[in-house]
Amino acid sequence: MNPGIDLQGSFIKALADLGLPAGAAKAIWMPIPMVLMLVVATIGVLVTVWLERKISAAVQQRIGPEYIGPLGILAPAADGLKLLFKEDILPAKADPILFTLGPVLVVVPVFASFLIVPFGQNLIISDVGVAIFLWISLSSIQPIGLLMAGYASNNKYSLIGGLRAAAQSISYEIPLALSVLAVVMMSNSLSTLDIVEQQSSYGIFGWNIWRQPLGFIIFWIAALAECERLPFDLPEAEEEIVAGYQTEYSGMKFALFYLGSYVNLVLSALLIAVLYLGGWESPIPVELLGQWLGVSETTPWLQVITGTLGITMTLLKAYFFVFLAILMRWTLPRVRIDQLLDLGWKFLLPVSLVNLLLTAALKLAFPVAFGG
Amino acid sequence: MNLAEGVQIVSFGLLAVMMIGAALGVVLLSQVVYSAFLLGGVFISMAGLYLLLNADFVAAAQILIYVGAVNVLILFAIMLVNKQEDFTNLPNYWIRRGATALVALGLFALLSTMVLSTPWAVTPTAATAENTVVQIGEHLFSDFLLPFELASVLLLMAMVGAIILARRELIPPERKAQIDSAELDLKLPERPRTPVPALRGNRVETQE
Repeated sequence: MNPGIDLQGSFIKALADLGLPAGAAKAIWMPIPMVLMLVVATIGVLVTVWLERKISAAVQQRIGPEYIGPLGILAPAADGLKLLFKEDILPAKADPILFTLGPVLVVVPVFASFLIVPFGQNLIISDVGVAIFLWISLSSIQPIGLLMAGYASNNKYSLIGGLRAAAQSISYEIPLALSVLAVVMMSNSLSTLDIVEQQSSYGIFGWNIWRQPLGFIIFWIAALAECERLPFDLPEAEEEIVAGYQTEYSGMKFALFYLGSYVNLVLSALLIAVLYLGGWESPIPVELLGQWLGVSETTPWLQVITGTLGITMTLLKAYFFVFLAILMRWTLPRVRIDQLLDLGWKFLLPVSLVNLLLTAALKLAFPVAFGG
Repeated sequence: MNLAEGVQIVSFGLLAVMMIGAALGVVLLSQVVYSAFLLGGVFISMAGLYLLLNADFVAAAQILIYVGAVNVLILFAIMLVNKQEDFTNLPNYWIRRGATALVALGLFALLSTMVLSTPWAVTPTAATAENTVVQIGEHLFSDFLLPFELASVLLLMAMVGAIILARRELIPPERKAQIDSAELDLKLPERPRTPVPALRGNRVETQE
């Protein structure tokens, strides 16, 4: 058993000591991580929205939100509240069931994907053996929600917008999966824990970004396109294009689409941190520091520090990428739909295939460095 | 019965009800788009059943391939093919329906005899695999190598065929008269590709 904090074990033991039967203690434990993850994802989105306003203001030499809470921290919460109280309009000839189900299908898989994101050796909701594959397959449900929303609006713009959004989502999923496959090949496992473990030996020099620079760039571009972030935000371009699948949406359903895309951005940033930047590992391994100071790995206070540092490190790395994505939004021009598809199919797909073959060749040639 | 077993039984019941209900909806609903969306529901419930059987890789693959690829393809086909057909009352329509019912009932009888005659008692010593991916890989490259390779070749053929089909653009007859026939004699009947002016900068011209 690996060293580290066993939150589940100690929680169940504490409840059992109080006199509860073991089954009941387990049943009480079960919803806690799920609710915690929902809360973490939502807070992550609120922080991202606030960052987006502040950073974009700084880029354009404005101030941004100031009066809603200190530094405008409560602005995203006020936004959410406003959207909650807006009238929820259902177009007269729209399909009521599919119209409601569309946003749900877009949001739920993204939240479900959070169960594979590790924040530490034991700070993960479920250590699924096929974690990365599960994430890719869950993200493939999203196009159905987009098509459903586009179709149910009963509007030509929405239908075409839905088809375009689904096409974008499908065409960028393949390079994404192929670049992830190269990482998986190097670490011999689909589990996120194993992928981080494999990068943990040499501190910052062991991170996958040095061995997979090409895959890293492909993953970042494809992830931006999957989240519909700005060079690729054709489906939801705010006021420049007659918007896509969400033309007819208002109120909370509209907010769900935005929530989905922001949660997806945070999730992709977290997964970049896990796949390419060593996850929860700090640039200088904590275990090494402990060894230098002569502290054993199983010391409780060291474990608490390691856990806290792990969460902080993951979040720092992830939010660095969120920052980059926001900066890109105010720097790069939007691509056209044909440029978008050309980039996906004619450039990213061949390059990611070459990257995969190259990784396989290097793995055979240098099994020491590439996880043979 | 402990907690885990109870959860398994309840989720099995829910998934089974979901799957049968969605499958009935696929067949019985008259709106073809509803049927296509419900088909996604059937596939997802099947993935849930695989998950209950400890087959996590197969469950994820089911979602990725059937929900993410096949179902989206069906939806694209339905939404892009705008075929309108008026309902006409055929004279002997009941023959078709009767024949369909007969075939369906025969299939149902066949399957139910198969279900009843198969010994379903599972040997309790079936080893639960620690890492399913490794096991699947070992099987694919040892005892299932030939089917695996055959499937790869089949998929490659389908891909090449799809590319050829997608590349060929037949020329409408009125334009064919305009184009010099001598130029086309030794070539595939394809429309000459001239990019729109805005694109000329970043595209390689493939003049045929």
